[in-house]
Amino acid sequence: MADETTPRAASDDAAADETVEENTARDLPDDPILAGLAEAFAMVEFTSFQPIVGPRQDTAIVPSEDLVAFVQAVKDAGFETFIDLCAVDHLNREPRYDVVINLLSMEHAQRLIIKVGIPGNEPSVDSITPVYTGANFYEREAWDLFGIVFEGHTDLTRILLPDEWEGHPLRKNYSVGAVPVQFKGSHKSS
Amino acid sequence: MSDTPRTTESATDAPVVEKPSTETGGAMDSNERLQKHDIWVAGTEEPDWIADATDEGAQEMLPRDIEPGLQLQRGVVVDDDYLEEETIISDERQILNMGPQHPATHGVLRLQIELEGETIRRVKPIIGYLHTGMEKTAETLPYISGATNVTRMDYLSPLNNELCYSLAVEQLLGVEIPPRAQAIRVLMTELNRISSHLIWVATFGMDIGALSMMIYGFRERESVLDFFEKVTGLRMNHNYIRPGGVAADLPEGWEDDVEGIMDIVGSGLDDYHDLLNGNPIFLDRTQGVGVITPAEAHQYGVTGPIARAAGINFDLRKAFPYSGIEQYEFDVPLGKHGDVFDRYLVRMEEIRQSFRIVEQVMETMPAGDYRTDDRKVTPPPRKRIDESMEALIHHFKLFTEGFKAPVGEAYQAVESPRGELGMYLVSKGGAKPWRLHVRTPSFATVQSLPVMMTDLIVADVIATLASLDPVLGDVDR
Repeated sequence: MADETTPRAASDDAAADETVEENTARDLPDDPILAGLAEAFAMVEFTSFQPIVGPRQDTAIVPSEDLVAFVQAVKDAGFETFIDLCAVDHLNREPRYDVVINLLSMEHAQRLIIKVGIPGNEPSVDSITPVYTGANFYEREAWDLFGIVFEGHTDLTRILLPDEWEGHPLRKNYSVGAVPVQFKGSHKSS
Repeated sequence: MSDTPRTTESATDAPVVEKPSTETGGAMDSNERLQKHDIWVAGTEEPDWIADATDEGAQEMLPRDIEPGLQLQRGVVVDDDYLEEETIISDERQILNMGPQHPATHGVLRLQIELEGETIRRVKPIIGYLHTGMEKTAETLPYISGATNVTRMDYLSPLNNELCYSLAVEQLLGVEIPPRAQAIRVLMTELNRISSHLIWVATFGMDIGALSMMIYGFRERESVLDFFEKVTGLRMNHNYIRPGGVAADLPEGWEDDVEGIMDIVGSGLDDYHDLLNGNPIFLDRTQGVGVITPAEAHQYGVTGPIARAAGINFDLRKAFPYSGIEQYEFDVPLGKHGDVFDRYLVRMEEIRQSFRIVEQVMETMPAGDYRTDDRKVTPPPRKRIDESMEALIHHFKLFTEGFKAPVGEAYQAVESPRGELGMYLVSKGGAKPWRLHVRTPSFATVQSLPVMMTDLIVADVIATLASLDPVLGDVDR
């Protein structure tokens, strides 16, 4: 899968290549793994942030069509451990959802957070279970709570909520406490 | 089944691997019986063998010919000993539902187990029975009361949950914590690790038949909980570690209490060693059972003692030190085989290593404040409230509206007794988190159950499941 994307990156025009180099020079000064990934994937935007307390955060913002190829490349680059996948609902933003994938390289003691923006109407993204099997339950959870469809997932069913549950409760427009309760004999229920 | 190649490493070029005959009696029997019955009446073949419908809606096991997930469950995804193609020899398969009310499931976990005779062919963990929407609740609680929420997730190591949440909030705020607060946090979380491992060994012993183990483990754990009650006011769900520090300073004479704990638990560890380590029944039931390989552990995100029992040298306290734990000396115990017995050994050694940390904390406990003096996070001292109207207003505003965190996000992970506990906080500038996602270690380990259990027998289910130390409040959140 990485073969598909490498020529794409190379066949871009010269201006795009220059911006890539600028990006890597600006954002990834001294991290060889991420710099290599940034060279191979021109469309991926890398940011690095050092909080006052806590470890450095490296984030890669990936277009959704390149997700699986990029994740495969990241895995081949040494991030062997799947840690986490979750979704975030940024209401009133387009793309509305983020799927946030958290990968870990135990050898280098380094994390990489991969973010994919997903549109609000018919949210859908390719499943990364072919690359990381452990994403199975996490993608089911994201579907259950946010309604994001993971194309290619073999068993995309509700995992935390009952099967007959309506809606996806961690969406920001899902109202809290709106489950109708019928009180026997109250004036409304009659 | 093979139209979507899910093989990642060397599974493609290794077609069918003969299993050693000692591995599972069931598989060899199957082959022999298949060879005997190679003639059959036309039309009675069973190529499309389908499991009985279980009337479970979406949670039903998928028919086996349309389930690529079967490869996943049988562990073909990674290069290991499950590469053998499945041979279907009879319709004597049945679905056994274990749980959600089974006492050995440590809560309300349900396992759908497909059995062939007594051999497990497929396992499907079904979770969600304890789902209480804590991630949604966290979005409605200000940062200052969020620790009350997260402490109830993993009810056997509440202090680790609070620590993780507090560190994530502090990472957002950029608040530095005074050294004494950090040392208290390390002391309390390491004691929590001890109490959690003690309850693990107690329930584990009970599950595999060493009933007295349960009484011993709970007895020793109670000494730790007594100390927690003295410090925090509660035996569980403490809400003691909060953003900005801890809720209160340690009480007078805490060193004596901690030394008492170490005496009691230390002698208890020797008892467990005598009781279990040489016990032939215990060894038979644990050695070589429920194996997970390092490659599988990476794939499934299995961390903590289970990964270390498989030989993965990774501890978040060493790799990403937090709360000043890098100044204390301790070792990371590692196993070799990745089986149930190694998990037992690793956990027992972790208790001893936690003792080392606790001892060093006692020797080097710094003086100073137990919470930061950043007035944005910490309320003014009680004395000031009596003197100053502004301090009173400040106190009131802090506990009604809470403090605001800057726009941003933070991922913080701590080494909980079960593995990597991570919290991902997204802030949009308000006093409440926009999103809190909790990456719980039990969720990942429960997911990896099919890999460990396939081709074992029913009795091993209990030993394997108990060895994972799953906390279902942690899984379902």
